[in-house]
Amino acid sequence: MADPATMPLIEVDNLGVRLNTSRGPAQAVRGVSFALKRGETLGLVGESGCGKSVTALSLMGLLPDSAVITGSIKLDGRELARLPDADYCSLRGNRISMIFQEPMTALNPMHTVGHQVAEPLRRHKKYSAAHARREAIALLDRVGLPDPARRIDAYPHQFSGGQRQRVTIAMALACEPDLLIADEPTTALDVTIQGQILDLIADLVEERGMSMILISHDLGVIAENVQRMMVMYGGTVVESGPTDEVFRRMGHPYTQGLFRARPKLGARKGTRLTTISGTVPELADLPVGCAFGERCPLVEDKCRVALPPMVEVGPAHVVRCVRTDVSMAANVGALSA
Amino acid sequence: MSVFVLRRVLTLLATLVGASVIIFLVLDALPGNAAQMLMGADASADAVRALTVKLGLDQPLAVRYLQWIKGFVVGDLGNSYVYGTPVGSLIAERLVLTIPLAIMSMLITVVLALSAGIYTAANHNKLGDVGVMSLTQIGIALPNFWFAILLVLLFAVRLQWLSAGGFAGWEDGIWPGVKSLLLPSISLAVVQAAILARVTRSAVLEVLREDFVRTARAKGLGKREVLWSHVLRNAMIPVMTVMGLQFANLLAGTIVIENVFYLPGLGRLIFQSIANRDLIVVRNCVMLLAAMVVIVNFVVDVLYAFIDPRIKVHDL
Repeated sequence: MADPATMPLIEVDNLGVRLNTSRGPAQAVRGVSFALKRGETLGLVGESGCGKSVTALSLMGLLPDSAVITGSIKLDGRELARLPDADYCSLRGNRISMIFQEPMTALNPMHTVGHQVAEPLRRHKKYSAAHARREAIALLDRVGLPDPARRIDAYPHQFSGGQRQRVTIAMALACEPDLLIADEPTTALDVTIQGQILDLIADLVEERGMSMILISHDLGVIAENVQRMMVMYGGTVVESGPTDEVFRRMGHPYTQGLFRARPKLGARKGTRLTTISGTVPELADLPVGCAFGERCPLVEDKCRVALPPMVEVGPAHVVRCVRTDVSMAANVGALSA
Repeated sequence: MSVFVLRRVLTLLATLVGASVIIFLVLDALPGNAAQMLMGADASADAVRALTVKLGLDQPLAVRYLQWIKGFVVGDLGNSYVYGTPVGSLIAERLVLTIPLAIMSMLITVVLALSAGIYTAANHNKLGDVGVMSLTQIGIALPNFWFAILLVLLFAVRLQWLSAGGFAGWEDGIWPGVKSLLLPSISLAVVQAAILARVTRSAVLEVLREDFVRTARAKGLGKREVLWSHVLRNAMIPVMTVMGLQFANLLAGTIVIENVFYLPGLGRLIFQSIANRDLIVVRNCVMLLAAMVVIVNFVVDVLYAFIDPRIKVHDL
């Protein structure tokens, strides 16, 4: 038996999720594996529909009833995949918490924020109403909501987007979870607020020794906030490794494309943004080989035959590509920037 | 909150004044002279003219309107042209039946519709949902008078638990009155409940798709807890709107059921008065109905504000 100190907190092995969409069954996630120790942070990057949110929701056990999960998700060695909902309820908001993308709609407009922050405390810790209220005020204070003792009885519509996101963070942290999943926590916010919220999340993760999975389509956010990163495309992980290592030497043509497509400060006016040509493939209609094949500048016949295997290109740095010899010769990443 | 209510009260009064003007003008423009009607076609012109003066029908329009409004304030609505009795007591006699009937059918409607609507939404696309929704489809298609006759055949003729018609009044206590209104209120409630159940179901389903439902689940609340503590209150706004419309309809639109069960309700009074050109009764009944509809809507609006904290700051 492994030493509990080094044993991963969460261990995902060959996770697959099939969803029933209006266009038929879709393999939204396939062959995703990773492990996260206590206190470690992991970033998930990719475009909309690449399977990053579905991966997060499967960790939370919040996929639609019709979704079919294969593979394994273990929390401290306990299998979570296909766990009955009643058992999952005692973990959610307690040991695993999630912050969602849209603070404007993630709070119930009919309840006060105090009620909503107190809810997980009352449910998991069985606090009395008064105790939960005191704790909720302390939490709202910790996340930087001004005048929490008074504002606790206000309704969500009386707060700004950034303040609401602080409230959802307080909610997610109420029971001091071991794992925090933040799904695009700043995408819906003003740029000026984004940094504050990310700093707050980073401070809290550090302070409480939580593990975090941060989901974003923004490479900048990932670069600054997580130790390790995984790039997803078409439901699979196409590149994964320590954040510094991946940014130093990007291996997958898709990661490189994402990197090149970021807007650059100081670019001459009228310069067009670089794009990745083509569109994300329909998950209901994925190609047999590499999911990125249709859009890849380096595509060859062998890419279309079967899903490429993971190739190790550096310390703990793996890339799902058969053409890394060519792609990595270009030295895309911090080296070339 | 108080500003909100005050504003709504002012709107309510303005609506009532507007309604009274329209009702007065429309009924005045109606062809047929009330005095002529009452005296019969053979009456002499002098006699008709005398009655016209006696009824005050020779006065200018504005004077008659103001007299009518003054009647509301002092509580004297005048006498029926046909029965000669005060219109106020004529209407009051009918209201002791119509209002309890409306309340009873509304209660049955709400109990049936909310339980069916919530159950089907919680079991979306499962067998129970399909089954109950098919029943509501039948409920909507049923003519309520036909269903009423079936109820009479079963409970009055065959089982003899309830009487087939008539109203027992409230003199002998509550139970005989309630008992005589039971079958009529069930007949009225079935169709309404079918409609309201479908409204409830779609309202609940819509809220279930909201982001905050997922947030609540992410806190560890079970599906049932989320439904009760987060979904229902949000789903109540459209449900209450339809409930208000249905209640207003129960006050005025029950004449068919009143006829099936021989009930002396407001609907029948209006129908008879129209047939008799008893315009003073018609005018006051229509005004009363307008007032009740406006008041029901007012109550619904105030309830919105109680349910939804966002409405207090917005103007309706």
